[in-house]
Amino acid sequence: MNPEIFEKVKSIVVEQLEVEADQVTPEASFANDLGADSLDTVELVMALEEEFDLEIPDEAAEQIDTVGKAVEHISSNIETTA
Amino acid sequence: MIGKQMLDLSGKNAFVTGIANKNSIAWGIAQQLHQAGANIGVNYLPDEKGRFEKKVKELVEPIAPDIIVPCNVQDDALMEEMFKAIANKWGKLDIFVHCLAFADKQYLEGDFSIVPRDAFSKSLEISAYSLVHFARLAKPLMKEGGSIITLSYIGGVKVMPSYNLMGIAKSALEMNVRYLAAELGEQNIRVNGISAGPIRTLASSAVGGIRDMIKHMDNAAPLRRTVTQEEVGNTAAFLASNLSSGITGQIIYVDAGFEIMGM
Repeated sequence: MNPEIFEKVKSIVVEQLEVEADQVTPEASFANDLGADSLDTVELVMALEEEFDLEIPDEAAEQIDTVGKAVEHISSNIETTA
Repeated sequence: MIGKQMLDLSGKNAFVTGIANKNSIAWGIAQQLHQAGANIGVNYLPDEKGRFEKKVKELVEPIAPDIIVPCNVQDDALMEEMFKAIANKWGKLDIFVHCLAFADKQYLEGDFSIVPRDAFSKSLEISAYSLVHFARLAKPLMKEGGSIITLSYIGGVKVMPSYNLMGIAKSALEMNVRYLAAELGEQNIRVNGISAGPIRTLASSAVGGIRDMIKHMDNAAPLRRTVTQEEVGNTAAFLASNLSSGITGQIIYVDAGFEIMGM
Protein backbone atom coordinates (compact mmCIF):
# COMPACT_ATOMS: atom_id res chain seq x y z
CA MET A 1 0.00 0.00 0.00
CA ASN A 2 1.30 3.40 -1.02
CA PRO A 3 1.96 5.18 2.30
CA GLU A 4 1.75 8.65 0.78
CA ILE A 5 -1.70 7.99 -0.70
CA PHE A 6 -2.83 6.31 2.52
CA GLU A 7 -1.91 9.41 4.55
CA LYS A 8 -3.75 11.70 2.15
CA VAL A 9 -6.82 9.46 2.18
CA LYS A 10 -6.63 9.29 5.96
CA SER A 11 -6.65 13.06 6.36
CA ILE A 12 -9.64 13.40 4.01
CA VAL A 13 -11.53 10.66 5.86
CA VAL A 14 -10.78 12.33 9.20
CA GLU A 15 -12.10 15.63 7.90
CA GLN A 16 -15.16 14.30 6.07
CA LEU A 17 -16.33 11.75 8.61
CA GLU A 18 -15.09 13.62 11.69
CA VAL A 19 -13.34 10.59 13.16
CA GLU A 20 -10.03 10.27 15.03
CA ALA A 21 -6.94 9.63 12.89
CA ASP A 22 -6.12 6.39 14.73
CA GLN A 23 -9.55 4.96 13.77
CA VAL A 24 -8.61 5.24 10.11
CA THR A 25 -6.79 1.95 9.50
CA PRO A 26 -6.61 0.15 6.15
CA GLU A 27 -9.09 -2.45 7.48
CA ALA A 28 -11.59 0.12 8.78
CA SER A 29 -15.02 -0.15 7.15
CA PHE A 30 -16.50 3.22 6.17
CA ALA A 31 -20.03 2.19 7.17
CA ASN A 32 -19.40 -0.11 10.13
CA ASP A 33 -16.32 1.36 11.80
CA LEU A 34 -16.35 5.00 10.74
CA GLY A 35 -20.11 5.62 10.79
CA ALA A 36 -20.48 6.77 7.18
CA ASP A 37 -24.02 6.93 5.80
CA SER A 38 -24.95 7.28 2.14
CA LEU A 39 -24.58 11.08 2.07
CA ASP A 40 -21.19 10.86 3.80
CA THR A 41 -20.13 8.37 1.15
CA VAL A 42 -21.08 10.71 -1.70
CA GLU A 43 -19.18 13.60 -0.08
CA LEU A 44 -16.18 11.39 0.61
CA VAL A 45 -16.05 10.17 -3.00
CA MET A 46 -16.25 13.75 -4.27
CA ALA A 47 -13.48 14.87 -1.90
CA LEU A 48 -11.21 11.98 -2.97
CA GLU A 49 -11.87 12.66 -6.65
CA GLU A 50 -10.96 16.31 -6.16
CA GLU A 51 -7.80 15.56 -4.16
CA PHE A 52 -6.44 12.94 -6.56
CA ASP A 53 -7.91 14.37 -9.75
CA LEU A 54 -9.48 11.10 -10.83
CA GLU A 55 -12.88 9.53 -11.24
CA ILE A 56 -14.43 6.97 -8.95
CA PRO A 57 -17.47 5.67 -10.87
CA ASP A 58 -20.54 4.64 -8.87
CA GLU A 59 -19.97 0.96 -9.62
CA ALA A 60 -16.42 1.18 -8.26
CA ALA A 61 -17.50 3.25 -5.26
CA GLU A 62 -20.01 0.56 -4.29
CA GLN A 63 -17.16 -1.97 -4.03
CA ILE A 64 -14.96 0.32 -1.94
CA ASP A 65 -16.12 -0.43 1.59
CA THR A 66 -12.85 -0.04 3.48
CA VAL A 67 -10.13 2.59 3.69
CA GLY A 68 -7.62 0.10 2.25
CA LYS A 69 -9.79 -0.53 -0.82
CA ALA A 70 -10.06 3.20 -1.43
CA VAL A 71 -6.26 3.53 -1.29
CA GLU A 72 -5.87 0.57 -3.66
CA HIS A 73 -8.38 1.99 -6.14
CA ILE A 74 -6.68 5.38 -6.11
CA SER A 75 -3.16 3.90 -6.37
CA SER A 76 -4.01 1.76 -9.37
CA ASN A 77 -5.87 4.52 -11.17
CA ILE A 78 -3.15 7.08 -10.63
CA GLU A 79 -0.57 4.60 -11.97
CA THR A 80 -2.55 3.68 -15.04
CA THR A 81 -3.16 7.29 -16.00
CA ALA A 82 0.42 8.38 -15.26
CA MET B 1 -17.77 43.84 -17.88
CA ILE B 2 -20.36 45.61 -15.82
CA GLY B 3 -19.09 48.33 -13.51
CA LYS B 4 -19.34 47.47 -9.85
CA GLN B 5 -21.50 50.46 -9.11
CA MET B 6 -24.15 49.15 -11.51
CA LEU B 7 -24.49 45.76 -9.95
CA ASP B 8 -24.76 47.01 -6.42
CA LEU B 9 -26.76 45.06 -3.87
CA SER B 10 -25.58 47.06 -0.84
CA GLY B 11 -28.31 47.38 1.74
CA LYS B 12 -30.30 44.58 0.12
CA ASN B 13 -31.34 41.61 2.23
CA ALA B 14 -30.88 38.28 0.48
CA PHE B 15 -31.92 34.91 1.85
CA VAL B 16 -30.40 31.86 0.15
CA THR B 17 -31.80 28.37 0.78
CA GLY B 18 -30.25 25.03 -0.01
CA ILE B 19 -26.57 25.28 0.90
CA ALA B 20 -25.29 21.79 1.77
CA ASN B 21 -21.54 22.06 1.19
CA LYS B 22 -18.89 23.94 -0.79
CA ASN B 23 -20.04 22.38 -4.07
CA SER B 24 -23.62 23.61 -3.69
CA ILE B 25 -24.86 25.95 -6.42
CA ALA B 26 -26.58 27.82 -3.58
CA TRP B 27 -23.16 28.53 -2.10
CA GLY B 28 -21.96 29.93 -5.43
CA ILE B 29 -25.00 32.22 -5.43
CA ALA B 30 -24.59 33.30 -1.79
CA GLN B 31 -20.96 34.25 -2.41
CA GLN B 32 -21.77 36.35 -5.48
CA LEU B 33 -24.66 38.13 -3.74
CA HIS B 34 -22.36 38.83 -0.80
CA GLN B 35 -19.68 40.14 -3.11
CA ALA B 36 -22.23 42.48 -4.68
CA GLY B 37 -22.84 43.88 -1.21
CA ALA B 38 -26.03 42.13 -0.06
CA ASN B 39 -26.70 41.10 3.53
CA ILE B 40 -27.00 37.32 3.55
CA GLY B 41 -29.23 34.88 5.40
CA VAL B 42 -29.04 31.12 4.93
CA ASN B 43 -30.69 27.95 6.13
CA TYR B 44 -29.42 24.47 6.69
CA LEU B 45 -31.35 21.21 6.56
CA PRO B 46 -31.70 19.88 10.12
CA ASP B 47 -30.88 16.17 10.51
CA GLU B 48 -30.25 13.81 13.40
CA LYS B 49 -26.47 13.93 13.04
CA GLY B 50 -26.39 17.72 12.84
CA ARG B 51 -24.35 17.18 9.69
CA PHE B 52 -25.52 20.16 7.69
CA GLU B 53 -25.72 22.52 10.67
CA LYS B 54 -22.01 22.13 11.41
CA LYS B 55 -20.85 22.06 7.79
CA VAL B 56 -22.95 25.01 6.65
CA LYS B 57 -22.01 27.14 9.66
CA GLU B 58 -18.30 26.54 9.03
CA LEU B 59 -18.63 27.12 5.29
CA VAL B 60 -20.53 30.42 5.47
CA GLU B 61 -18.41 31.93 8.22
CA PRO B 62 -16.28 34.04 5.82
CA ILE B 63 -19.35 35.84 4.48
CA ALA B 64 -20.72 36.37 8.01
CA PRO B 65 -24.46 35.82 7.40
CA ASP B 66 -26.93 37.79 9.52
CA ILE B 67 -29.20 34.77 9.80
CA ILE B 68 -28.49 31.02 9.94
CA VAL B 69 -31.59 28.95 10.71
CA PRO B 70 -32.75 25.36 10.23
CA CYS B 71 -35.44 24.75 7.63
CA ASN B 72 -37.03 21.68 6.14
CA VAL B 73 -39.64 22.49 3.49
CA GLN B 74 -41.80 19.56 4.57
CA ASP B 75 -42.35 21.30 7.90
CA ASP B 76 -44.70 24.32 7.85
CA ALA B 77 -43.67 25.38 11.36
CA LEU B 78 -39.96 25.52 10.46
CA MET B 79 -40.74 27.50 7.31
CA GLU B 80 -42.69 30.02 9.36
CA GLU B 81 -39.92 30.18 11.97
CA MET B 82 -37.46 30.94 9.19
CA PHE B 83 -39.54 33.87 8.01
CA LYS B 84 -40.00 35.09 11.60
CA ALA B 85 -36.21 35.16 11.90
CA ILE B 86 -36.02 37.14 8.64
CA ALA B 87 -38.70 39.60 9.82
CA ASN B 88 -37.04 40.05 13.22
CA LYS B 89 -33.56 40.59 11.85
CA TRP B 90 -34.24 42.60 8.72
CA GLY B 91 -37.86 43.77 8.75
CA LYS B 92 -37.90 43.55 4.97
CA LEU B 93 -36.66 41.06 2.41
CA ASP B 94 -35.39 41.96 -1.07
CA ILE B 95 -34.02 38.74 -2.53
CA PHE B 96 -35.07 35.13 -1.97
CA VAL B 97 -33.20 32.25 -3.59
CA HIS B 98 -34.76 28.79 -3.76
CA CYS B 99 -32.17 26.05 -4.43
CA LEU B 100 -33.63 22.80 -3.24
CA ALA B 101 -35.13 19.69 -4.70
CA PHE B 102 -35.60 16.04 -3.89
CA ALA B 103 -36.29 12.77 -5.64
CA ASP B 104 -35.52 9.33 -4.34
CA LYS B 105 -32.32 8.15 -6.04
CA GLN B 106 -33.93 4.96 -7.32
CA TYR B 107 -36.23 7.06 -9.54
CA LEU B 108 -33.33 8.97 -11.11
CA GLU B 109 -32.26 6.14 -13.37
CA GLY B 110 -33.79 3.41 -15.49
CA ASP B 111 -37.48 3.32 -16.35
CA PHE B 112 -39.54 6.39 -15.50
CA SER B 113 -42.87 4.59 -15.27
CA ILE B 114 -41.89 2.69 -12.10
CA VAL B 115 -42.31 5.77 -9.93
CA PRO B 116 -44.99 5.16 -7.27
CA ARG B 117 -47.55 7.67 -5.98
CA ASP B 118 -45.80 8.55 -2.70
CA ALA B 119 -42.36 9.13 -4.26
CA PHE B 120 -43.96 11.28 -6.96
CA SER B 121 -45.84 13.41 -4.42
CA LYS B 122 -42.85 13.83 -2.15
CA SER B 123 -40.61 14.95 -4.98
CA LEU B 124 -43.13 17.48 -6.29
CA GLU B 125 -43.85 18.73 -2.77
CA ILE B 126 -40.22 19.39 -1.89
CA SER B 127 -39.00 20.53 -5.30
CA ALA B 128 -41.94 22.56 -6.63
CA TYR B 129 -44.59 23.25 -3.99
CA SER B 130 -41.94 24.67 -1.64
CA LEU B 131 -41.42 27.66 -3.96
CA VAL B 132 -45.11 28.55 -3.76
CA HIS B 133 -45.08 28.29 0.03
CA PHE B 134 -41.94 30.40 0.31
CA ALA B 135 -43.35 33.02 -2.09
CA ARG B 136 -46.48 33.27 0.06
CA LEU B 137 -44.33 33.87 3.14
CA ALA B 138 -41.99 36.29 1.34
CA LYS B 139 -44.74 38.42 -0.21
CA PRO B 140 -45.58 40.51 2.90
CA LEU B 141 -41.86 41.06 3.64
CA MET B 142 -41.02 42.27 0.12
CA LYS B 143 -42.55 45.65 0.80
CA GLU B 144 -40.40 47.54 -1.68
CA GLY B 145 -40.61 44.88 -4.34
CA GLY B 146 -38.20 42.02 -4.62
CA SER B 147 -36.61 39.25 -6.61
CA ILE B 148 -37.34 35.56 -6.16
CA ILE B 149 -34.97 33.19 -7.95
CA THR B 150 -35.12 29.43 -8.31
CA LEU B 151 -32.92 26.80 -9.94
CA SER B 152 -34.04 24.52 -12.71
CA TYR B 153 -32.57 22.21 -15.32
CA ILE B 154 -33.34 21.55 -18.98
CA GLY B 155 -34.55 18.09 -17.94
CA GLY B 156 -37.75 19.87 -16.92
CA VAL B 157 -38.41 20.88 -20.54
CA LYS B 158 -36.86 18.11 -22.62
CA VAL B 159 -36.16 14.48 -21.85
CA MET B 160 -32.69 13.95 -20.41
CA PRO B 161 -31.63 10.34 -19.78
CA SER B 162 -32.08 9.32 -16.10
CA TYR B 163 -33.46 12.68 -14.98
CA ASN B 164 -36.92 11.07 -14.87
CA LEU B 165 -38.92 12.11 -11.79
CA MET B 166 -36.85 15.25 -11.24
CA GLY B 167 -37.76 16.38 -14.75
CA ILE B 168 -41.45 16.35 -13.83
CA ALA B 169 -40.68 18.30 -10.63
CA LYS B 170 -38.63 20.91 -12.53
CA SER B 171 -41.39 21.25 -15.10
CA ALA B 172 -43.86 22.06 -12.31
CA LEU B 173 -41.31 24.40 -10.74
CA GLU B 174 -40.89 26.36 -13.99
CA MET B 175 -44.65 26.78 -14.31
CA ASN B 176 -44.76 27.96 -10.68
CA VAL B 177 -42.30 30.69 -11.70
CA ARG B 178 -44.71 31.94 -14.37
CA TYR B 179 -47.87 31.89 -12.23
CA LEU B 180 -46.08 33.49 -9.29
CA ALA B 181 -44.57 36.16 -11.57
CA ALA B 182 -48.03 37.01 -12.91
CA GLU B 183 -49.43 37.44 -9.42
CA LEU B 184 -46.54 39.09 -7.63
CA GLY B 185 -45.67 41.53 -10.39
CA GLU B 186 -48.36 43.84 -9.05
CA GLN B 187 -46.16 44.29 -5.98
CA ASN B 188 -43.02 44.67 -8.12
CA ILE B 189 -41.81 41.27 -6.99
CA ARG B 190 -40.06 39.52 -9.88
CA VAL B 191 -39.84 35.74 -10.08
CA ASN B 192 -37.32 34.04 -12.36
CA GLY B 193 -35.52 30.76 -12.72
CA ILE B 194 -32.00 29.85 -13.75
CA SER B 195 -31.68 26.68 -15.80
CA ALA B 196 -28.07 25.73 -15.11
CA GLY B 197 -25.86 23.32 -17.01
CA PRO B 198 -24.96 20.14 -15.12
CA ILE B 199 -22.71 20.72 -12.11
CA ARG B 200 -21.44 18.02 -9.75
CA THR B 201 -23.04 18.63 -6.37
CA LEU B 202 -24.22 16.52 -3.46
CA ALA B 203 -27.73 16.64 -4.93
CA SER B 204 -26.79 16.00 -8.56
CA SER B 205 -24.71 12.97 -7.52
CA ALA B 206 -28.04 11.19 -7.07
CA VAL B 207 -28.82 11.55 -10.78
CA GLY B 208 -27.72 8.44 -12.64
CA GLY B 209 -25.15 9.35 -15.28
CA ILE B 210 -24.48 12.89 -14.03
CA ARG B 211 -20.83 12.46 -15.00
CA ASP B 212 -21.81 11.57 -18.55
CA MET B 213 -24.08 14.61 -18.69
CA ILE B 214 -21.17 16.84 -17.64
CA LYS B 215 -18.75 15.16 -20.10
CA HIS B 216 -21.31 15.47 -22.90
CA MET B 217 -21.15 19.27 -22.49
CA ASP B 218 -17.47 19.26 -23.55
CA ASN B 219 -18.57 18.25 -27.05
CA ALA B 220 -22.18 19.31 -27.32
CA ALA B 221 -22.39 22.76 -25.70
CA PRO B 222 -21.43 25.77 -27.85
CA LEU B 223 -18.86 26.81 -25.23
CA ARG B 224 -17.52 23.19 -25.18
CA ARG B 225 -17.81 22.91 -21.41
CA THR B 226 -20.31 23.00 -18.61
CA VAL B 227 -20.72 25.95 -16.25
CA THR B 228 -19.45 26.76 -12.78
CA GLN B 229 -21.39 27.60 -9.64
CA GLU B 230 -19.84 31.10 -9.84
CA GLU B 231 -21.35 31.62 -13.29
CA VAL B 232 -24.76 30.62 -11.96
CA GLY B 233 -24.11 32.94 -9.00
CA ASN B 234 -23.31 35.85 -11.31
CA THR B 235 -26.58 35.41 -13.18
CA ALA B 236 -28.40 35.19 -9.84
CA ALA B 237 -26.76 38.49 -8.82
CA PHE B 238 -27.99 40.02 -12.09
CA LEU B 239 -31.53 38.70 -11.55
CA ALA B 240 -31.42 39.98 -7.96
CA SER B 241 -30.34 43.45 -9.02
CA ASN B 242 -32.07 46.37 -10.71
CA LEU B 243 -30.14 45.58 -13.89
CA SER B 244 -32.85 42.98 -14.56
CA SER B 245 -35.77 45.19 -13.46
CA GLY B 246 -37.69 44.48 -16.65
CA ILE B 247 -37.38 40.70 -16.46
CA THR B 248 -39.90 38.46 -14.73
CA GLY B 249 -41.41 35.03 -15.24
CA GLN B 250 -38.39 33.89 -17.24
CA ILE B 251 -36.17 30.85 -17.15
CA ILE B 252 -32.65 32.02 -18.01
CA TYR B 253 -30.33 29.33 -19.39
CA VAL B 254 -26.85 29.43 -17.85
CA ASP B 255 -25.72 26.32 -19.63
CA ALA B 256 -22.85 27.24 -21.96
CA GLY B 257 -25.45 27.42 -24.74
CA PHE B 258 -26.52 23.78 -24.63
CA GLU B 259 -30.23 24.64 -24.85
CA ILE B 260 -30.03 25.82 -28.48
CA MET B 261 -28.60 22.56 -29.79
CA GLY B 262 -30.72 19.99 -31.62
CA MET B 263 -28.07 17.34 -31.26
